[in-house]
Parts: sequence; structure tokens; C-alpha cells
Amino acid sequence: MIQTCEQTAAGFHPASAPDYIPLPRMRELQSSRLRKIVERAYSRVELYRTRMDERGVRPEDIQSIDDITRLPFTYKADLRNTYPFGMFASPMSDVVRLHVSSGTTGKPIVVAYTREDVDVWTNVMVRSFAACGINHGDIIQNAYGYGLFTGGLGAHYGGEAIGATVIPISGGNTDRQIMIMKDFGVTAICCTPSYFTHLMDRAMELGVDLRALPIRVGVFGAEPWSESMRRCIETGAGIKAFDIYGLSEIIGPGVAIECPMHNGLHVFEDYFYPEVIDPVTEEPVPDGEEGELVLTTLSKTAMPMIRYRTRDITAMIPGECPCGRTIRRIHRVGRRSDDMFIVRGINVFPSQIEAALLAVEGTLPHYQIILTREKGLDEMEVQIEVTPEVFSDRIGALEELNRKLVHALDRTLGLRVRVRLVKPNTIARSEGKAKRVIDRRNLDE
Amino acid sequence: MKIHQLSLFLENRPGQLLGPCRLLAQAGIDIRTLTLADTREFGILRMIVSDWQRGAQVLQEAGYVTNITEVVAVEVPDRPGGLAGLLELLESSNVNIEYMYAFTFGREGKAVLIFRFDNPDAAIARLQEAGINVVESVEVYNRIER
Repeated sequence: MIQTCEQTAAGFHPASAPDYIPLPRMRELQSSRLRKIVERAYSRVELYRTRMDERGVRPEDIQSIDDITRLPFTYKADLRNTYPFGMFASPMSDVVRLHVSSGTTGKPIVVAYTREDVDVWTNVMVRSFAACGINHGDIIQNAYGYGLFTGGLGAHYGGEAIGATVIPISGGNTDRQIMIMKDFGVTAICCTPSYFTHLMDRAMELGVDLRALPIRVGVFGAEPWSESMRRCIETGAGIKAFDIYGLSEIIGPGVAIECPMHNGLHVFEDYFYPEVIDPVTEEPVPDGEEGELVLTTLSKTAMPMIRYRTRDITAMIPGECPCGRTIRRIHRVGRRSDDMFIVRGINVFPSQIEAALLAVEGTLPHYQIILTREKGLDEMEVQIEVTPEVFSDRIGALEELNRKLVHALDRTLGLRVRVRLVKPNTIARSEGKAKRVIDRRNLDE
Repeated sequence: MKIHQLSLFLENRPGQLLGPCRLLAQAGIDIRTLTLADTREFGILRMIVSDWQRGAQVLQEAGYVTNITEVVAVEVPDRPGGLAGLLELLESSNVNIEYMYAFTFGREGKAVLIFRFDNPDAAIARLQEAGINVVESVEVYNRIER
């Protein structure tokens, strides 16, 4: 396993030390941090105090990390209901940063960071980059959106701290992104996977071969993406693609990261304690079984999150990772329990649609799902942008493509859907998270 | 022998033709002839233009999906039975016509037709054997200037 050793060495950074702590020591560290954070949450945040009192749980009941299951859950709705500052455990004078997460319905969510919280975030981003093989000397094109979205600044601080050169290009202006990537000799990029595929398309149109450029690593997150999409990216751009996981409510990007084994994401569990539960019974599920990821921030001072229900579906991966990291791994988050939509009683995940489109076209086209209700029946239309690879001057060839897409979707979903081929660039591009589903069913009624 | 045809994808909605035509006009590219094939939801615009490489580039830069196909321009006598004779010849030689459209009126009682064959080289060989004039691209463009 010489290769493994090399990969481990390449992925090492002094900040990565906690990734390799023996398990008993990790549990001790988690227990001591949990005691402190529960005490802080109980004494400073009304919502936690009320919830714990209702359950008859006192902070002193929580001694070891195993006691965590006695604590009540926290939900996204709690953050909305306490908007803007109701979840803060620090006075505003100690808060150095506020981020706001997009709210699809109603009020957005505000997240706060003290100096220490920003340092923790930077630390986990350094460890994330190290795991992807990014280090001092790399040039990182940070195409995550800068601003209220946590992606931009999170990656920025981590990149600078590891000693890389960070280009804070933010999202958008794809032609300029490609020019800078080429002219500056960029070696790594951070952005959403859907934006990167858009960038790949554009580079091809402009005649720029990404495989010939120095870029070798991509750190992709903020939305679910599939293994087949990884293959597309890796072969199309000649880079290694890593999945990074995070959410604003917990810290932003840097909650978990893939290592070079590409077999699950290591959770930085010295700071973010993971549990996987059955979303219905709310009981823990055994390792290896799917459930909803629940996270507790073990050290966050401005806004502790106790057993936060992420709505992300994953499973804890049993066993040790050959990379040598002892921190546990979760499966890639392919879907969210709230990403799912129901059409004529059938559960549908956008990831299933992606798989079907990939199987037919070989690459993932930009697509969007439109849900409507006609005469009381749900109708699902998948709009798919025509790419140069599939376009033909013969009507028959395009009709055949349409038929194949309908057939593949039908087989995957067990649902008859309409496929509509549309002109390129007619579906809005995401610079943050892709909006895949437009549900017009309520409006139509 | 073969001529480059520029095709592009259009959605079947009002106003879709204007965009590409205007782009080509702005770039000073002349559309020699065109044909539009359509279904209920989309259409394919096929064109013979004065400069297909630049035409494709201009359209691609504006975000259109394009495709270049080699087609064959064939001169036929502009009289009853002119096309029928040509089709008979092609039928006997096992070449498939994917589609065809009339180019424009030529000169001296001849018409020019554009054919998309499944096997253009075989078709050209057969046509030349039979003494039918397959029009060179330069000549096509020049001829239409008149």
C-alpha cells in the first residue's frame, strides 16, 4: 500500500492532527466539549433552556458524549422562529461575523460567529484542503459566492491559512473565470459542482482544454452530486474532484470532507458530533444504515447547535479508512429529506433524474423539473438543454433522443414524464445552489 | 464536392428565428438558402451561409447549439421530370436521402437542389458517373451572387 502512504503524506498538514486521534481520546475530548456547550446553551439561549426543562434534562445530566441522545432536537424552523438573534449565546459585541442563509420560504436564517468560531471554521477548512491534497504553494480559484453565503469566505480563510494563494473571484462571469484559470496557472478550484460543469461546457465552447491546464483539484460542495458526475468532471477537466460537506447552521463548508480514498466523507467530529437517526421514529440507526444526519456543534460559542436536524440523508460508514484518519465517515449526501418531492404518490429525488439523464447522454446536461397540476393530476416535465454532443441536423435523431430520455426516466422513476428539449442557457445557472424543481402545483389549483 | 450546412436548434416558440438571423446579419454573413424542420416542440434551422465557420462561431458565442453537416448540391434540369430522373438514379444506387430542399434557381434552365445523404461520397460518385453536375461550394456561392 505504498500508494496509500503517499496519499496520506500528501494530505498531511500540522492542523490535521485531530483527524488521527485514537478513538478513546476522541470520545473524551467530545465529552468534555459537550458538557461545556450544553451548559452554555442552557444558560444563554431561552429555546434550549425551555426544551431541556420540558424534557426534564438538566445540563449536569450530560456527562459523556453518549448522553447526547437525552438532549432535544433543534430544527430549521427554530432558527426561523427566533429570527434574527434569538439563538445567540454571545452578546453582539463578541460576534465578529454574521452570515445569512437563503430562506426558500419566509424568513432567512442568521448565523453568528465569534472570533473563536471563525478560527474553528478556518481550522476545519485547512484540514479539508489538506485532505484534498491542497497545500502551501497552491493557487486556489475560489468561485463560491462571497457575501452572505458561507461558501466564499469559509473557503477563503481556509485557503489563506494553509498558505495557498487565494483568488477571491466569487461566482459568475464564466469567461473571466476561464481566462484567470489559464493565465494565473490555477491549481485548485472551489465551487458548486453544477457551476463547474457549466464552466467546463463554456471552456469547451471557447476552445480551452482544461485538461492541459495546471488545475488538478476541485473542491465541490453546497449541493448534492453523484458519482457519475464526478467521473464526468474528472475525465472532462483532468482533475481530482472532492466532495465537501457543510451547512451554514453548523458552520458553513468544512463539516466533512472526502479524503483521497473517495469513499465517504470524514466528519470533523472533534467539533461537529454526528448522529444518524430514523427521521420518523427519531431513534438512532445502526452504522451502515441510511437515516437523517443530526449534528451538534461541540465548540461553537456564538450559536451552539444542539442535535440539529440537517434533513440530509446519509449513513455512517463502519470500519477504518485506509487513509489513516480515525474520524468517522459518512456516505456522500445524495439527497435531502426535503429535496424529495412527490408526483402522483411516487417519491422522486433529483438525483434519480440525474442518473437517468447521465445514462442516456453520457454527460449531465443542465435540466430543470417543472411540476404542474392538470385536471387534478400531477404532471412532471423535465426540461433539458440541448448540448452540441447530442444535437443533430436530423429531426429523427432528436426525436429518438427525446424518446430515450422519456424511457430512461420512466424506468428509473416508474413515472411517465414529459421531456422537453430546450435551447442552451435557457435554464438559470446556479452560482449558489441549483434550483432543480419548480413546483407550480399549488398556484394552479 | 461537399458543401457545409450550418444547423441550429430552435425552440418552437414565436420569435425564435429572429435572434440567429440578426446575429448573422450583424456579422455580415449572408444566408444563401435555408430550410426549417419543425416538430411541435422544437425545430432545426438548416442554412447554407457565405462563411459557415464564422457563422457557427458567431452563433455558438451567443449560446446557440450548432452542427455542421456535409451536404451535396446537385444541378438538375429545370423542366418537368428533372428531379424524378435524378431520384430514380439515386434509388437504384442504394443511397438514402435523409432530407432535401431546393437551393434556388440557377442559370440556363438549371435548378440546384441540396441533398443530405447518409453516404455523401457514394452519392457523389454515382451522380458523377451518370454525368450529373455536382456543384462545387465556391461555385454555388458565386453562382448565387448573380
